[in-house]
Amino acid sequence: MSASTASHPVPAARARRGGGNLGDTIFEWACRGAGLFVLALLGAIIVELFIAGLPAFQAFGVGFLTSTEWDPVQEVFGAGVSVYGTVVTAVLAIVLAVPLAFGSAFYLTELAPVWLRRPVGTAIELLAAVPSIIYGMWGFFVIVPFFATNIQPVLIDTLGELPLIGALFQGPPFGTGIFMAAFILAIMILPFIAATMRDVFEQVPPVYKESAYGLGATTWEVMKGVVIPYTRVSVVGGIMLGLGRALGETMAVTFVIGNANRISTSLFGPGNTIASLIALEFGESETGSLKLASLLALGFILFFLSFVVLALSRYLLRSRLKA
Amino acid sequence: MSLSLSVGTVPGPRKDPSVAAALGRRRKRADLVVRTLCIAATLVGLAFLASILVTLTYRGFEAMSLRVFTHVTAAPGSDGGLLNAIVGSLIQALMGTAIGTPIGMLVGTYLAEYARGSRLGNAVRFVSDILLSAPSILVGLFVYTIIVLPMGNFSGWAGVAALSIIVIPVVVRTTEDMLQLIPNTLREAVMALGAPKWRMIVFVCWKSARAGIVTGVLLAVARVAGETAPLLFTSLGNNTWSTDLGRPMASLPVTIYSFAASPFEDWIALAWAGALLITLGVLGLNILARSLLRSRK
Repeated sequence: MSASTASHPVPAARARRGGGNLGDTIFEWACRGAGLFVLALLGAIIVELFIAGLPAFQAFGVGFLTSTEWDPVQEVFGAGVSVYGTVVTAVLAIVLAVPLAFGSAFYLTELAPVWLRRPVGTAIELLAAVPSIIYGMWGFFVIVPFFATNIQPVLIDTLGELPLIGALFQGPPFGTGIFMAAFILAIMILPFIAATMRDVFEQVPPVYKESAYGLGATTWEVMKGVVIPYTRVSVVGGIMLGLGRALGETMAVTFVIGNANRISTSLFGPGNTIASLIALEFGESETGSLKLASLLALGFILFFLSFVVLALSRYLLRSRLKA
Repeated sequence: MSLSLSVGTVPGPRKDPSVAAALGRRRKRADLVVRTLCIAATLVGLAFLASILVTLTYRGFEAMSLRVFTHVTAAPGSDGGLLNAIVGSLIQALMGTAIGTPIGMLVGTYLAEYARGSRLGNAVRFVSDILLSAPSILVGLFVYTIIVLPMGNFSGWAGVAALSIIVIPVVVRTTEDMLQLIPNTLREAVMALGAPKWRMIVFVCWKSARAGIVTGVLLAVARVAGETAPLLFTSLGNNTWSTDLGRPMASLPVTIYSFAASPFEDWIALAWAGALLITLGVLGLNILARSLLRSRK
């Protein structure tokens, strides 16, 4: 580069600079145009889903959100059951995943010997690379039978007998159901939460931790008293990221949730989520039908839910993004 | 004697040494318990990965044969393979990446080189991050409404479009990150030589960030190769041999989905074989991408 510039006489370089200005304009607008395209893309997704779902919103009004009906024969559709299933599985998945993610992030940043950190960290992150459909098959053919024969009967006999919360753990041990969906989701979002936690734990200035160690604090006390307070906001942001991912997972949930359009009291009961309902019912919907419009309206609701959660996550993680 | 000395020199209220010792033991115990739980949590995570890999290897190899690669999908009991699904997946994943990568690179370049701190830049970055984590099934629905409905039929092109939308944010993220790692002194040096900005970006910045950008592209291929949900409503699947992008096109994940949910033993076996192939491909690409990035750092 330097050689070619140096070997040209001055006027030639000026001429090229003129051409460069044109090139600059074109290139900058290409880049900006691509950026605007991405903006327009998100806008188009929102608008398209809303317009396509409009017939359902018009036919059922606000009641569409809460109605638990889903009757293709009578052409009555409501989002209640699937919204409930989506939120419950995602929240339960967070409850299950956060302790595991925290444990492994803590282990990888503070406890593990240095030579072990990279391979173990990579292995945990590879969990995020496994496709959703593989989780679905593995869950359905391996975890569900194991859970139904070995764990679920025990839980039904012990937790199911308790007053108040017992109702959550009753019912026949089929394996599939809301709880199983949440369990598989928990494994799928674990690497996302763990990776965020690990990143932010590593950003704590060493001098803070050293001071606490210098006062005689144990590793756990340093974690509790220094690292967690310092990273609290970002940790919540990482959890929100996991929640956003869990809301829209489709294939794995479709395999293990049992696919029934009802709200069960028991966590072992079958259910559905917005994504699983769309995946299952789409093939049986005719073009232009009210059912198809209802599915697209569900898509719009799902987009709204995940948009809010992901935007919140990004807001909480902004300090990490700047660093 | 030493006891009275320590009591006398430590400021604050007097402490009973036996109480202090008990407290110390309790703190140590709490520490030990938490450490153990953290190791257990990590092991649980690793156990899941191991269980997935062992299951896939065991069931996948059992069903694996040359037939999987030489025959197209067929009715249950008639010795089909997965050839059309494998080829369909390759075509759609590679074309989706080929379309999504240039757009993603331009957006990443815009964010890193032109829009640092600008309002439009922040908005684009925000939207790209949302797209990165948004449910992929919605991308499928979107492409269904804008391509499949107007064209009147499911098609490979629609699948390619859906996958390219998923590729864009992945490439944006890595391109921007990698370009931001380039020291400004390098840019200043190029500008000082009289080069226009676009030449600086294309011949210096992109070149220095090449390993990182390639990593992003590999990760994007890995991501879309395993996507099922967006293809259900776009390329739909096809049980016969077809490389015509204007018609419905088979793909490995969608075929796995329909075969695994079927009651036929041989279809389920084929689904395991396909699952093994796809996982090996996806994890292989991920590991390759990581090692590529590490060797360049």
